[in-house]
Amino acid sequence: MAKIIINQDKCKGCLLCVSFCPKGLIKKSGKLNKRGLSYVEFDSRGKCIGCGQCAVICPDCCIEIYK
Amino acid sequence: MEKIFFPPESLYDVPTHYCPGCGHGIAHRLVAEIIDQLGIREKTIGIAPVGCAVIAYDYWKFDCSEAAHGRALAVATAIKRVRPQNIVFTYQGDGDLAAIGTNETIHAANRGENLTVIFINNAVYGMTGGQMAPTTLLGQKTSTTLDGRDRQKHGYPLKISEMLALLPGVHYIERVSLHSPQEVLKAKSAIRQAFENQINNAGFSLVEILSPCPTCWGLSPKESLDWIRDHMQKEFPLGRIK
Amino acid sequence: MRGDLPGLLHRNIQISVAAGTVPEWGLSLLSEVSMAREKHQKKLKKILITGNEAIAEGALSAGCDFYAGYPITPQNELIAYMAKYMPESGRVFIQAESELAAINMVYGASAAGARAMTSSSSPGISLKQEGISYIAGAELPAVIVNIMRGGPGLGNIAPAQSDYFQATRGGGHGDYHTIVLAPAYVQEAYDLARTSFDLADKYRMPVMILGDGFLGQMMEPILVRRRSPATKGHNKEKPWALTGCEGRRPNIIKSFALAEGALEQLNLKLQQKYKVIKNKEARFEGLFLDDAKIVLVAYGTMARIAKSSLTRLRLAGERVGMIRPISLWPFPQKAFCPRSKKIKYLVIEMSYGQMLEDVQLALNGKAQVEFLGRSGGGLPSEEEIINKVKKIL
Repeated sequence: MAKIIINQDKCKGCLLCVSFCPKGLIKKSGKLNKRGLSYVEFDSRGKCIGCGQCAVICPDCCIEIYK
Repeated sequence: MEKIFFPPESLYDVPTHYCPGCGHGIAHRLVAEIIDQLGIREKTIGIAPVGCAVIAYDYWKFDCSEAAHGRALAVATAIKRVRPQNIVFTYQGDGDLAAIGTNETIHAANRGENLTVIFINNAVYGMTGGQMAPTTLLGQKTSTTLDGRDRQKHGYPLKISEMLALLPGVHYIERVSLHSPQEVLKAKSAIRQAFENQINNAGFSLVEILSPCPTCWGLSPKESLDWIRDHMQKEFPLGRIK
Repeated sequence: MRGDLPGLLHRNIQISVAAGTVPEWGLSLLSEVSMAREKHQKKLKKILITGNEAIAEGALSAGCDFYAGYPITPQNELIAYMAKYMPESGRVFIQAESELAAINMVYGASAAGARAMTSSSSPGISLKQEGISYIAGAELPAVIVNIMRGGPGLGNIAPAQSDYFQATRGGGHGDYHTIVLAPAYVQEAYDLARTSFDLADKYRMPVMILGDGFLGQMMEPILVRRRSPATKGHNKEKPWALTGCEGRRPNIIKSFALAEGALEQLNLKLQQKYKVIKNKEARFEGLFLDDAKIVLVAYGTMARIAKSSLTRLRLAGERVGMIRPISLWPFPQKAFCPRSKKIKYLVIEMSYGQMLEDVQLALNGKAQVEFLGRSGGGLPSEEEIINKVKKIL
């Protein structure tokens, strides 16, 4: 069992994490952060395996992983 | 639950000025992670280039100097010679390292300076709006090669890493890529090797990183990674060069 | 040279100082007196040496930790001297791949807290302007030596003074200045090399020693401080330097100022510094200014020839005086205070009217200014100067 926390203020919505999540647990939030950028959100109901691919590919160091 | 992945101490927890999907953010983080892991933050001196990464010193939490365009390895040479007890690295783009700074690059390498070089190859001049770089692929359209790079008019993509590998003063060169999480992890290992080499006084070490520039390539962030995988790494094969 | 002057002139040599208190440099001009005293204490020794080597020896004596250079005539004795003596006292010497690399190495060494120097001659100094501008912008101390040769372009290797504008107006891009010191004697080249490092550290800015090929190549006996090979730099604490951030916040060395208003603030800070320097660091030598009807103005090697002309004119009873600017930036404007409108000035250069503009600005129409200059291989002779003076008188 694992989860991620996304720093939505730093997120720029590049969606690379969305592309690489093997479980499809990250998606567009449809909302803008305080810098006016669209950010992504994590579906905490899904089965995150803590593989870390999202955090490794994130160019903005937005993702923390807990396992 | 235990936190297993978190921002490195050597990186300030601030948003960067980079475009969405830019590879600089990943490369900055990898450098910071390795500096943390090796426990060298308090003795590291980084040299930021001219280009998009000019204010890398606003993101890295250790001593840094700016260098004039292309001169990072002259600046780094002097810092390391004056303070051999410190860990000194440069972080340079393709225009910086392989065009305007070719002379400084070749001679620092040839002297075998005990330095670590992080070379970001994104095949364009990013900061100035996507002009042709020495590493631009044949056929690649940029704002100064409107019909694509033509070998007769513009010459060939410059393989500076292969050129440097010929020099006896060079200890280690590896080309890596940021086009998938697996490749990012390989890039991290190479960066670690390049810093360990300096700690062990092994000499000049360079890691060339194929890095996406979605804005200047006119592609989405994911398409940019695929472009590295499908096109760029054919011209610039990955792996240990020396 | 000074020893050859008649006793008359010797007795009358005055050290003129800018209004106000006698600054440190006034004392350095009296170094011959203090040096003679020190010599008794065995701290000094007399050596025969070229101007280029004297600058190098002065730098070693001042604790220069780092030197990077690239060969170019007529300053090659300097790089050779550094190659010989820097490593023996554990200091860093690098023959760089270009003048660009050399000045950027100086930038790096200085950023890391070292006392750093480079040297070159005119075409090489043009290449170094990029780095000098960055050094000025990043507020780093550095010493740059220009042993001038003729230009423009590749010119030739004959001595000249035609880089005056480049040296005194900044040289590279941006609103900055470099302190420029112009020795006329080999002893003075040694003394000013020492002074340059102190000024560079004090104001955190580039200092240029501006000589010409004659001064660089000529040999004269000078007094130098005894120095053991083990003598290293006596660096002051530089809390801004890059040393690794152990126990403190990270330091950043940069000239880039992106935030709104930041670059203006940096420039205002630099301008404030330059204002202080203009007030405190102007240096010159004045001769016979109290009764002169015509004042010769010359610096460096040209001043030596002008001085010989002055000696002959004085012995012939002509009331001639002289101002020898030692700092070219800041220009010693206060030296130019004519007693009456009738006093005339004759600017003599190994160039075509460069320092002339500073003299005209300093006088601001208060006196007549004449000019005599040659460059590109020739220079005004004693005879030419005397004839010109007689014509003006």
